[in-house]
Amino acid sequence: MIDLALLPDGGLGWLHASGPHSQIVLSTRIRLARNVMGHPFSQRATDAERRAVLARVTDAAGASERLRRAVLLRVDELSRPDRQLLHERHLVSKELAALDGEGARPRVGAAVLVDDPGGVMVNEEDHLRMQAMLSGFDLESAYAALESIDSELGRLLPFAFHSEFGYLTSCPTNAGTGLRASVLIHLPGLVLTKEIGKVLQGLTQVGLTFRGLYGEGSEVVGNFFQLSNQTTLGKAEGELLDHLGRIVRQVIEYEEQARDVLLKTAAGTVEDKVWRAYGLLRYARSLSFEETMNLLSGVRLGVGLNLITGLSVYTLNKLLIHTQPAHLAAMEGRQVGDPELPVIRATYVRSLLGAETT
Amino acid sequence: MRCDNCKERDAVINLTQVEHDTKVTLHLCEQCAQEKGIETGTTALKSTLGTFLSAMGKGTNLPVPADTVRCPSCGATLNDFRESGRLGCAHCYQVFAEQLRDLLRRLHGSSQHVGERYVAPGADGESSAASELLELRDQLRRAVENENFERAAELRDQIRVRE
Repeated sequence: MIDLALLPDGGLGWLHASGPHSQIVLSTRIRLARNVMGHPFSQRATDAERRAVLARVTDAAGASERLRRAVLLRVDELSRPDRQLLHERHLVSKELAALDGEGARPRVGAAVLVDDPGGVMVNEEDHLRMQAMLSGFDLESAYAALESIDSELGRLLPFAFHSEFGYLTSCPTNAGTGLRASVLIHLPGLVLTKEIGKVLQGLTQVGLTFRGLYGEGSEVVGNFFQLSNQTTLGKAEGELLDHLGRIVRQVIEYEEQARDVLLKTAAGTVEDKVWRAYGLLRYARSLSFEETMNLLSGVRLGVGLNLITGLSVYTLNKLLIHTQPAHLAAMEGRQVGDPELPVIRATYVRSLLGAETT
Repeated sequence: MRCDNCKERDAVINLTQVEHDTKVTLHLCEQCAQEKGIETGTTALKSTLGTFLSAMGKGTNLPVPADTVRCPSCGATLNDFRESGRLGCAHCYQVFAEQLRDLLRRLHGSSQHVGERYVAPGADGESSAASELLELRDQLRRAVENENFERAAELRDQIRVRE
């Protein structure tokens, strides 16, 4: 089993809840898609070609200032539980970790360079998917971290670039800047006041898109939404980030207004709801993942409204990550069957909440 | 077996019909079957493909079928792209520029990149020492893979000097 303690900050620096608006916004993630000239894109490449790409990328990272100390994990050599663990930490995509089918194997040459706050997935859909993830709502710092990695690697490796189409990517939906910025945001107020539909519809009209907790193709659980830019071409990097930033600030405002409305019109109901959620998490003996997420959403709202005090947002963030199946199994140090998981999860949640006084 | 109708060509279709409670089986050649208005395998296929192509907005006046132009670099065709949604390599953007320009406009509202301009190392005439070194290492790896040890030794010496 991989030792996550070896990773810089365990790859979890973004959980610290230290960034701006970290009450409502969990994390900001930006990725840049790049390909190395002279090699077919990952999907069409042979095993030998993908190995060659990996060697070139790791050489370049080793020669760079920013990624010299990054930890290389060969995803293609990891067991399924380890790959799932990395995915649950948002360090690798589902595609790179090949988690779709039961017996699915990652592509030969699939790897990830982990550093805090930035890293690089190698041989995903594109040769390089550079990514930076930060706590709270902080597009500027995330892009600054990423830009320095991008410009350094771009001097060491010839990236595929076209004067009209920009950076060339395996899928045309990413061409141009190759930039996708996502903000993971918690919107229970808008969900409870039933305003969320309007907000999400508005988002798609202004060129943004929303997804679930794990990005593309994932479902919305626990009122967590990932908002990101839809298009990557025809606008400069700064414009794309400004636009997303402006809209996210507006959504944060709507969420705060919705919470005010809840407090003014249904304080008793809301108070009851958040304490019930806390009570279940604090004392239940068996919890499914989905139930945990929904209850955590309630407790998070309670903390945000100052109805529940003495409980840190960091603890809630930690619960979000560590109650996932592969994390629970890693904590137990053994393979855990599906029937056991809810009991182990509830035990862990109890112990963490019991350590903080409310 | 000969065709029951023209008695000349080989029968390829067995047509079973029920007339007045008796089952009659006719053995027909493709031509006679078509004349009788029976849809054979090939005619059915042609019409499906026709609707498919026109549904793709290309119709039958497509100058060249989507699978005849191959990217000389990776061998991918436009059909490969339509099936997988992924292009084969960077060169595909050159080869299929016309079709991609349309698609990019529909996806992004524009096909013109206005973001950061990128110049690949070495493309501006002077390559950095670091990228040269990486290039040499890449060549060395290939030489070893191809068991070209003489070239590998040369490259190793060049790398040593630079390091």
